[in-house]
Amino acid sequence: MSFDVNTVRRQFPILSQIIDGQPVHYLDNGASAQTPEAVLDAVRTYETTSRANVLRGVHRLAERATEAYENARVEVANFLSVDPMEVVFTGGCTAAINLVAYSYGSLLKPGDRIILSELEHHSNIVPWQLLRQRSGIEIDVVPVTVNGRIDLNALPRLLTPRTKLISLAHVSNVTGTLVDVHAVVTLAKTVGAKVMLDGAQRIPHGPVDLSAMGIDFYVFAGHKAYGPNGIGVLWAKAEHLEAMPPFHGGGSMIGRVTFAETTWAPPPRRFEAGTPPIGPAIGLGAACQWMRTLDWKEAHAHEMALVERLMDGLQKIDGATLFGPGSTQNRYPVVSFLLEGVHPHDVAQTLDSFGVAVRAGHHCCQPLMDRFDLDGTTRVSIAPYNDNTDIDALLTGVQHAARTLR
Amino acid sequence: MTDQLYQDRIVALAKAKTGAGKLASPTRSARRDNPLCGDRVVIDVKVDNGKIAEIAHQVRGCLLCQASASALASVAVGRNAAGIEKVRLDAERAIGREEGEAGEPFAAFAPVRSHKSRHECVLLPFEALKEALS
Ligand SMILES: Cc1ncc(COP(=O)(O)O)c(C=O)c1O
Repeated sequence: MSFDVNTVRRQFPILSQIIDGQPVHYLDNGASAQTPEAVLDAVRTYETTSRANVLRGVHRLAERATEAYENARVEVANFLSVDPMEVVFTGGCTAAINLVAYSYGSLLKPGDRIILSELEHHSNIVPWQLLRQRSGIEIDVVPVTVNGRIDLNALPRLLTPRTKLISLAHVSNVTGTLVDVHAVVTLAKTVGAKVMLDGAQRIPHGPVDLSAMGIDFYVFAGHKAYGPNGIGVLWAKAEHLEAMPPFHGGGSMIGRVTFAETTWAPPPRRFEAGTPPIGPAIGLGAACQWMRTLDWKEAHAHEMALVERLMDGLQKIDGATLFGPGSTQNRYPVVSFLLEGVHPHDVAQTLDSFGVAVRAGHHCCQPLMDRFDLDGTTRVSIAPYNDNTDIDALLTGVQHAARTLR
Repeated sequence: MTDQLYQDRIVALAKAKTGAGKLASPTRSARRDNPLCGDRVVIDVKVDNGKIAEIAHQVRGCLLCQASASALASVAVGRNAAGIEKVRLDAERAIGREEGEAGEPFAAFAPVRSHKSRHECVLLPFEALKEALS
């Protein structure tokens, strides 16, 4: 296999659009990635040839729908190198974290502790604060270094015998930094704590081997991984899922219901109450399959070459500084920067007039912004279909903002 | 480049920073945050007989928010709450939320009209001032 960016680009219909006479320079992949024909086709095929509810019908369409839905689970499991029965479909990444915080959280006792980091997305903070309100757990916070990495040197002194879970972003959605999973797992083991990783920003950049990582829970969102909206994934070790009570109650998640007592279905169905997002799950299965057609060694090299081009270009713009690491080591292609004297929203708005889509603001990471006393950053997040013209258009726009807005 | 949101007049209003800063002894002070974008405005006023005698603002936010706070400060002195509502009507007219022609200085904000996601940036200083006057 070899990587050819134009071959990849051609598979994404949205990228060939011209808006107001300009091509689309889409560099907001960390918020939501674009979706390839293969995914659109899979969803369309389901909707036009197999649309029916899953698990409940005996007719042929229902059987086809169920088979397609369960095949999607297998695709996701293959992508994560795990057993399909450990893969729970949820409404999104946020929904998956809430599921863990509610269900696994209900097994925690007052005074038990969990550890988060200062760079977590609000979705990996607020569900735990809700749990704290419900059941009196305590939350400890690992600080970040000036380079925007989780400071694992500070982790040991937060560990106590009451520490039950460490939940961290696998890759930061602001700085792109990759956490040292091996170090976290090793430290967690010293006190018997479980480890959860928020893979929202990692999964769009290739397969992972969760079984080899020694972690306990993993979550991600379909729409950031070239799949549809409204679908996310929770992976957890079978023994944890087995021990966890349901989150939502309803159809499909039961063993037997009487008014006196109801028994639960085994995982993963126990956690998929009601009609699941069938089309989106099938689309996500197709997205995982599509991602596996890429040579990720080359795709990653391509992405990081774009990061380098971006960092070199920003360096030449007066007043532009990176927020986060200045190297391409142990990081993924999410890059935040500041432009002195220009608010990030004005940078992003200016870039939009150059046809460049980026995200500006706090990126749902207000504690991180507070830590560095920032109003926000401008964030460039890159996917394999991005090319040099995207980066160059962005740099032209930043130069323009620097010239005209201060 | 396609459009011209940041036209010279808006940039000039922001750069003028009219009323930027704090008052030494304000009668009232109010802060408003936009939770979506994180913009934050603090407005200090000195009120005399129901009318604004002095005004100052601290904006942690985008250029549109700064320009709006600056424009507002330039016309606020001598007005009461009802008078400020008239200025707000100008701002809302400029960005297309209300019918009619916007008066100065808010007519300068007409380019914001087609950028719905930025309307709140222009209105945030009014929200803070309203609270300070209430
Ligand atoms: C690191 C991280 N975690 C969680 C989320 C939440 O994902 P979603 O909003 O799709 O549930 C995001 C999305 O912005 C993210 O970047």
